[in-house]
Amino acid sequence: MEAQKTLDAKGLACPMPIIKTKKAMKDLESGQVLEIQATDKGAQSDLTAWAKSGGHELMKSEETDGVFYFWIKKA
Amino acid sequence: MDLKQTQASEVASKVINKQDLFILDVRNEEAYGDWKIEGESITSMNVPYFDLIDGVEDLLPELPKDKEILVVCAKEGSSIFVGEELVEAGVENVSYLSGGMKAWSEYLEPVKVGDLPGGALYQFVRIGKGCLSYMIESNGEAAVVDASRMIENYTTFTENKGLTIKATMDTHLHADHISGGKALADQVNGTYYLPEEDAGEVTFPFTALKENNKMVIGEVTIEPIYSPGHTIGSTSLMINDAYLLTGDILFVESIGRPDLAGKAEDWVLDLRTTLYNRYKEMAGELTVLPAHFSKVAELGDTGVVSAKLEELYEKNDGLNVEEEAEFRRMVTENLPPQPNAYQEIRETNMGKITPNEETRREMEIGPNRCAVN
Repeated sequence: MEAQKTLDAKGLACPMPIIKTKKAMKDLESGQVLEIQATDKGAQSDLTAWAKSGGHELMKSEETDGVFYFWIKKA
Repeated sequence: MDLKQTQASEVASKVINKQDLFILDVRNEEAYGDWKIEGESITSMNVPYFDLIDGVEDLLPELPKDKEILVVCAKEGSSIFVGEELVEAGVENVSYLSGGMKAWSEYLEPVKVGDLPGGALYQFVRIGKGCLSYMIESNGEAAVVDASRMIENYTTFTENKGLTIKATMDTHLHADHISGGKALADQVNGTYYLPEEDAGEVTFPFTALKENNKMVIGEVTIEPIYSPGHTIGSTSLMINDAYLLTGDILFVESIGRPDLAGKAEDWVLDLRTTLYNRYKEMAGELTVLPAHFSKVAELGDTGVVSAKLEELYEKNDGLNVEEEAEFRRMVTENLPPQPNAYQEIRETNMGKITPNEETRREMEIGPNRCAVN
């Protein structure tokens, strides 16, 4: 999936993946996509909940070799 | 003011002693809705940490001025982050829960149930998850029933009291938590007992927990009583004709669910026979000690979860359904969701899979959910 920006949050524990995601989203325009890579298991449900509360769209998520990938479209 | 740290043991003591505590739970709404720290004296509110990244000003008016505030999250990272924000904003009496909900899930509080010849019976209350395990000790010997994964709790206890664990036993193959029974028995060179009927797929050696095969610990007799229904092997343990350890068959406020091994329809009649015939023939003054509780309100003044058998025949709804068809509906329809990762937990308890420590902790997150309601 194509993304305008990629955030590497691997190895970071809560709350850092979300703090960095929030910051990275500020640099994007509405409709652009951010790809996030994280290894913290909690990131999955938290990113989903955070995207929902901010009105952003979690377009896709998957796990490969212990890394979680998320694609979030900015509202 | 610095951000203070609170241990799970301190929270447990506040819950048991009914001391006021205000909890700011900063996990996401779903996690909070699913499972949280509860108690008569506990007030809690949920604001996800990701809504507090830019500041806590909007939250300040909603926080109590006269109570201790405990910030809680899944592990602890986010609660430290929010806790520090609160301290910076001038809030006093703030601490975070060390180890978060994971530590809460794993904390065991040992409480004495009563005396036994040459010793005593202890209940280990896993307050966060609602699991109860037991230690029977007499004349320097001990047995542990339905041990949790955190076996150091039992070994520390026996070391302090100078006891030797002779046996561990599981009343059934558990689906809500990973049993420490086998690991503990191996560590102390004791015998691990498990009902044979539940052990069809178990990959390691065990000794059958069987009716008529009495066990003796010091001066105390432990008598297995076959009582199927939650699982086909579920076996209760009668301790010196005074205490009845019912496993996941009978709880103080509910009864066991028959569906966690996927055989609800098959096991309904077994459950009914155990509860409406087998137990009913027993002495009413027996003290029932279950393997779970579902609400903190079930904890007595000292933290013990128990009831007289005759009292349960009066008050427990699960024991007072006259019609068999209605009973069948009660235990097979509208059941709560299954415990988290229950299939993987069963496979772990059979020895079929061996997840690493971190995965084991993750698998056990959430309430036990072994009762029908």
